[in-house]
Amino acid sequence: MTLNILYFAGLREAIGTGRESIAMPADTSTVGALREHLARLDEQHAMLRSTKNLRVAVNQKMLGMDAAIADGDEIAFFPPVTGG
Amino acid sequence: MTISVQEADFDTGAEISALTMEDPLAGAVASFVGLVRADRLADQQVGASVAAQPAVTAMTLEHYPGMTEAALADIVAAARKRWELRGVRVIHRVGRLLPGERIVFVGVASAHRGDAFAACEFIMDYLKTQAPFWKKEETPEGGRWVDARTTDEHAAKRWQPD
Repeated sequence: MTLNILYFAGLREAIGTGRESIAMPADTSTVGALREHLARLDEQHAMLRSTKNLRVAVNQKMLGMDAAIADGDEIAFFPPVTGG
Repeated sequence: MTISVQEADFDTGAEISALTMEDPLAGAVASFVGLVRADRLADQQVGASVAAQPAVTAMTLEHYPGMTEAALADIVAAARKRWELRGVRVIHRVGRLLPGERIVFVGVASAHRGDAFAACEFIMDYLKTQAPFWKKEETPEGGRWVDARTTDEHAAKRWQPD
């Protein structure tokens, strides 16, 4: 399956892009498993593992790391929000 | 239109007036305006001295287009469910802002003051913890992403049932 991955704030800067398309084996079923896969890609992506309180949104809804993923999903990783 | 995410500044007085325009049943308006501070207290770092934090010369606000507007709409909908509100306006600026500039406006109109006060604070508390915005500060020593504050998490949690 193909996933559209987005990164924001410090993660975007560390990884060097705000958006990438990733082909994943169909048996990657949760956001947590996707995070582990991405973190192993290279040194930059390892920040996905080291970011404290990493947040995730699936199709623009904030969910937990146990959230299910499906082909074509937009999955965003970001640090805790700091607006206002 | 009750929610705007924009680079442009806003006119606080005009926004407050517009909330109750042509609504003779609105008896109260509560509003909040957030500004860029020139310095930053090291309130997350126990023992760190405030003087050790360099002054902020500018701030850049990043957001998640699409999700940000949806998250703000969800927060406003939750407030409307909880209190009797006659009008709600939320404006959040993005892009580069200087100290003293306005960042955010929340205005709430209701028949009586209690609902307006509570809903205004509720919307700000949830905006702080649920809406996807991120602040990066510029200082003479370089840029730094602002850390989330645990006090903001606690502020949002107090609206939830025990």
